[in-house]
Order: sequence, then structure tokens, then C-alpha cells
Amino acid sequence: MSKLYRHLALSLLCAALLAGCGGTETDTAQVKIAAAGPSEQHPAAIGGDFGPPQGEPVHAVLTSPPNVPPPTGRDHPAKVIVELEVIEQEMEISEGVKYTFWTFGGTVPGSFIRVRQGDTVEFHLKNNPSSKMPHNIDLHGVTGPGGGAASSFTAPGHASQFTFKALNQGLYIYHCATAPVGMHIANGMYGLILVEPPEGMQPVDKEYYVVQGDFYTVGKYREKGLQPFDMQKAIDENPTYVLFNGSEGALVGNHAIKANVGETVRLYVGNGGPNLVSSFHVIGEIFDRVRYEGGTHYQENVQTTLIPAGGAAITEFHVDVPGSYVLVDHSIFRAFNKGALAILKVDGPEDKTIYSGKEVDSVYLGDKAADLAAVTVATEAAASGEMTLEQQIKAGAALYNGTCSVCHQDNGAGLPDVFPPLAGSDFLMADPKRAIGIVLNGLSGPVTVNGVSFNSVMPPMSQLNDDEVANILTFVMNSWGNKATAVSAADVSAVRSNTQRTEGAAH
Amino acid sequence: MLAAGLLALSAGSSAATDGYAAIDGGTFRSVLPAGPGIEQVDVAPFRLAKTPVTNAQFLAFVQKHPQWRRDRVAGLFADQSYLQSWANPVVPGAGAPADAPVVQVSWFAASAYCESVEARLPTWYEWEYAAAADETRTDARSDPAFRARMLSWYARTADTPAAVGKGPVNAYGVFDLHALVWEWVSDFNALMVSTDSRDQGEDPDLLKFCGAGAITMQDKENYAVLMRIAMLSSLQGAYTTANLGFRCARDGDEP
Repeated sequence: MSKLYRHLALSLLCAALLAGCGGTETDTAQVKIAAAGPSEQHPAAIGGDFGPPQGEPVHAVLTSPPNVPPPTGRDHPAKVIVELEVIEQEMEISEGVKYTFWTFGGTVPGSFIRVRQGDTVEFHLKNNPSSKMPHNIDLHGVTGPGGGAASSFTAPGHASQFTFKALNQGLYIYHCATAPVGMHIANGMYGLILVEPPEGMQPVDKEYYVVQGDFYTVGKYREKGLQPFDMQKAIDENPTYVLFNGSEGALVGNHAIKANVGETVRLYVGNGGPNLVSSFHVIGEIFDRVRYEGGTHYQENVQTTLIPAGGAAITEFHVDVPGSYVLVDHSIFRAFNKGALAILKVDGPEDKTIYSGKEVDSVYLGDKAADLAAVTVATEAAASGEMTLEQQIKAGAALYNGTCSVCHQDNGAGLPDVFPPLAGSDFLMADPKRAIGIVLNGLSGPVTVNGVSFNSVMPPMSQLNDDEVANILTFVMNSWGNKATAVSAADVSAVRSNTQRTEGAAH
Repeated sequence: MLAAGLLALSAGSSAATDGYAAIDGGTFRSVLPAGPGIEQVDVAPFRLAKTPVTNAQFLAFVQKHPQWRRDRVAGLFADQSYLQSWANPVVPGAGAPADAPVVQVSWFAASAYCESVEARLPTWYEWEYAAAADETRTDARSDPAFRARMLSWYARTADTPAAVGKGPVNAYGVFDLHALVWEWVSDFNALMVSTDSRDQGEDPDLLKFCGAGAITMQDKENYAVLMRIAMLSSLQGAYTTANLGFRCARDGDEP
């Protein structure tokens, strides 16, 4: 620590770093003070200049998404040379759908850049000769006006160079800031630069690089062919696609990111925008730690973390159970209707103590379950041989509702001339066995009930089991003024076995 | 040299695409104001070449003025990619068809070419004034479809430019102002760096990195033109790029 050279003087961080092209730049110059005491305990928590670069210049390792460069592994500030090339090219945004992306390094997001706090970064931006457009780069990890944009404005077939000192650790978005800024970003011109703390990142088993972006095409979602950019949709903030790593297929199937049970996974997640804020979530995982906003502090036990457009977060979690975990923007229509899905595939042995898999697969009846509680009670009582008439009537009432009451009505009165009454019915009460048979097999043709003739059709109710038929009949024969002894399941069973099952009856 | 001569002869020539279109001057609202509070721009009558300069035409120029051959040009006047799409210093070859616009030319070379034909590069305002027209209207800029056509060219990756004079002709009789190549203008480096338009007490660097657009653009919806300005503002006089050509202009009282 004694080697650390620190500017204890006030260092002004110009707010222009964050200012866009709105022109109404609020001059909220921020004063950073390295307080003597706490800074010794948390040296990385504030911006710091660790002195001039030491040793030979280092060429930064750049990686394409979803890969992350290895740790810098350095304990001193160095001069780091970054060479990034802008390439405009057609790529697949969805299956059979092409889009002209403007890229940093040929990918969306652009190449991942990893340096150490205090490093002096010599940045070379090259614009491929085949480019139509001029481009530049605004790195949010730069302290200086425009984040490097003005110094890196580069015509096609040319290159620019500028140098900055990475004063603040953290995870930062970089993006093109050439007019119209929104269109350059919407075409995929963003990526992440990690400025490691001096002590490095804590080692983990897997590190991946994921950036969300929203895309605006003239054609509808998944409309085939080469799709031009739609400026009006972009202004309206109505994206056609919301994607991780620039394509619907970027992180699924064979391209899914992978981990093994027992490993700790760290995701460097950015949001390029241009418009949407991400509700980043991994289905089936809980982030053990999130360095929210890409800053120094972390929150623990996080389900969903908010990542602003032009912002980032570092999420870490331990994977305990194998399977496919789905990365989504939990503004969920974006995930399932606009493409914001990626897969983390975890291999390894099951751990049933943590997650069992499906143990029960049963019918769930919702509201009906409460109504049928009496049936359950009756069934249990019947099984134990202690069922009372009262229990049977209650169970029968629950079954009657929704099965019989549709025709015979809740009050058992039936409908005049169509459905005969059950209440006070001489036909019903005269012969319980006939009644059982009618429930099981239905009844068609003329009958006379209480002196009135009916001629209609009752379908067989053979879907009801013996208990249910017994309970229903016990209910109807002891309601609305009817009075009889209980009908037992054995009675029903006897009738059922003595009657021919009706052809085509429900079962 | 014989082959070169044939190429020059084979360059498409017809009354429709040859020569200059006369454009009446006028007052119009440029996307870039001339200064604070000055919304209207006066454009004097001028004549604008109907098509960009072709490879065949530029070949004739470098033959007559060999100091502009790519192997002889002074490094101050053209960068290393000057005319690099040509097969050799005096043969455009298959990569640069005779009737396609010449590209990878510097502002100095373009200016010298126009001078050699007793013309000059158009100013930005002249170019913008002529380019505001579509096939039937002299100012179609408020038509979203017109803007969309320009943007659709930007949305395609760069390829070898097609022949000149094949696109729709605009109301002034001028071809290819959009959707073929970028074009040099005489005052390209004044758009961002030294006009009054940026003298508004703003940080010049901020203005520059925003391509001057958002702050001084009067017509913020005209992204297509904004992007052309951004492109021009990224250049220096010796720069050449694979999609950047030019055409010449003359004052209105000249033939």
C-alpha cells in the first residue's frame, strides 16, 4: 500500500463524461476526496491514480462475447494498448433475418476490454475501409470530456489514438457517440470495459459476458430477409427485438453458456440500450451477489437487478442443481415475444435435497376443492366404516351442485314440462333401486311424476363412482321434504353389476 | 494507354446525364443554420453536375495531370488509400468500372479535378439545396418516405458503387445525390470547425463528438442529412474513403 501514489488533491471528474448529445449539460462537477482513514481500508472504493505506468507496455487481450479475458494478474499500473476495429457487416439477428450491424470488433456486443485500475490505456480505434460511416467511442470508464468520443472520431479507412488513465474501478459500457448517437447504438455499437480493482477480482469458476440491447427493424418480429433500421420505431421506443448479445440465437442451443454443479458463475452484464432499462433475472437462480450498476458495493440475495441503458452489473451465483437456467429481461414480454432469452446450461449430479424435481402431478380443482371438502370427509368416513347420514347428505349436496342441479335445479323443483321435480317426487321415492339405475344408465321416454307426464332425456351419469351416486341419492332423498334411509355404495354397486352398460355412455 | 482511352470513350454519355443542371437560387432553411438566429440561407443561382465524376473521367484527368496519379501524388494531398481500388495508377480495372463514380479521392484531388474543367466543388448549402429535391418536388424533405429512402442506403453495408446516372433524376435534372456515394463539398471542414454555427459558447469538443448535430441542427428529424454532415465532419482534406466521391459545380452565370 505504501507504494500507492495517490492524488489526495481534489480531482475533478467532469460531468461531460456522462453528458450525451443533448447539449443541456448540467455542470454537476463532482468532487472526489480520498479521505485518509477509510481509504486505507478500502483503497479501491474511490478513484485513484497509482502513478506512472511501470514495465513494458502490455497489449490488452480482447475477447468476443460471451467470453471474458483472463485477469490482468498485475500488481502495478501498466501501459495497456487496446486496438479495436469498427466493422459494419450484415449478420443474423434472428433465424432467416439479416440486419446491418455496426460493430466494435465484428461482434455485438463489441470486444470485452479488461484493464486494471490505475492503468494507462493507449486506445487505438480503427474504422475498417469498407465502412460507410464515421465512428468514435465513448468509454464510460474514461475520465475526460466525451469519454474519448471527440478524440476518436474516425473516418472510414482511418485510425485514431488517444490515451486515458483508468482512475475508477468498475464495469463500464462503451459505445459509439457519432450522430445520430441513438442509431449507432441501436445498430450494436456497444460493449463492456472492466477496470479491475487493484487487488483483482475474486476468482470464480466461470466468467461470461452478456449485453442486452434493443433493436428496431422496419419488418415485424421474425419477418425474414434483410431488415433495415426503423428510425421512427426507435424514437417511439418500440423495439422489434430485445436481445442478449445481438441475436436471438446468440446464447441458446449449442451457444448456451455452460457451468458445472458446484461452480460459481460471474456474469458481466451490460445494457447497451439505446432505450430500454433491463430487469435482469435468471430463472431458477438467486444472485448471491450483485455489484449493482457495475460499482463497488454489492447487494446479496437478489432475484432481479435493474440495469440502466448505458449501465452494467456484475452478478455472481453458485450453481447447485443441474438444468437449464434462462436469462431474461423480466419485463417479460420482451423475453418471450422479442427475444430477450439466453440459456445457462448447468451439468452435474442432481441434489434432491435442494430441488426434488416433480414429486406430485395431480388434478387441481381450484375453487371446487373447497366445495368438495364434504366429499372428502364422507369418503374417509366410508373407508373407516363410520359414515353418518349427515356426512352422506353433505357430500351428496356438494356433488349434486354442478352435476344434477343444472336440470333438476338447486331446489329440486325441476323445470315444468321439461325436467321432472325431485322434491316431493313420488316417482323417485317409490323405488330407490330404480333411482340408482336411472342415475347410472340415464332415462329416456315418458314418465309420470306426481301426476304430470314428462318426456325427455337424461344422460347416464356413469362417470360417478358408487360412493358418489350413493351420496347424491341420499342427499336428494333426504332434502326438500323427502325422507328416506341412506343409500349405500353397496346398493349402487349391486345395481351397477346387474345392469347392462349403455352403449357409448360417458365413463 | 489504348485500354485507358477505350475506357474513357466507353463512359456513358447522353444529354440526360452529361453536363450541368441549372439550379435557380433561392432562400431555404438548411439543417445547419448559418448562425444563431439565422434560420434562412440564401443560395445564389448555380449549376451542378448532373452526375458524380466517374472513374473514366478521373482517369482522363490523371493522364493529363500526372501529378495526381496515385504513385506520384504528394502525401500532403492524398492519404495512402488514394485511388487504391484502381488496378494500377493509370488503369481503373475491374474493381472500378468506367461508368461508376470515382471514390477514394481526396478533397485536394477533387478540387484539382474541378479546377481542370473550369468548375469548382459545390458548397454544402448548394449541395443540400439541390439534394432536398425528389423526382417531383424541389423540397421533399418533410416527406418521411423521402427520408426513409436515404436512410435505407445507410442501412446497407458498403459495396462497389453502381454506375452513375441510373437512379431517379430529381426535379432539377440531377442524379445520384442520394444512395450512391458520399460527396465532397468545398467547405466540408467548415461545417463543424469554423462556422458561426458552432460559436454558441459551447464546448467545441462536445460539439465535435456529437457531429455538431444535436446542438446546431435545426431540423432534428432529418437524420439522413445529419449523418452526411457527420461523415463530412470526420474528414480531413487528404482523406479518402471507399464510398466518397464528388461532383463539380459552377456559378450560375457561367456556361
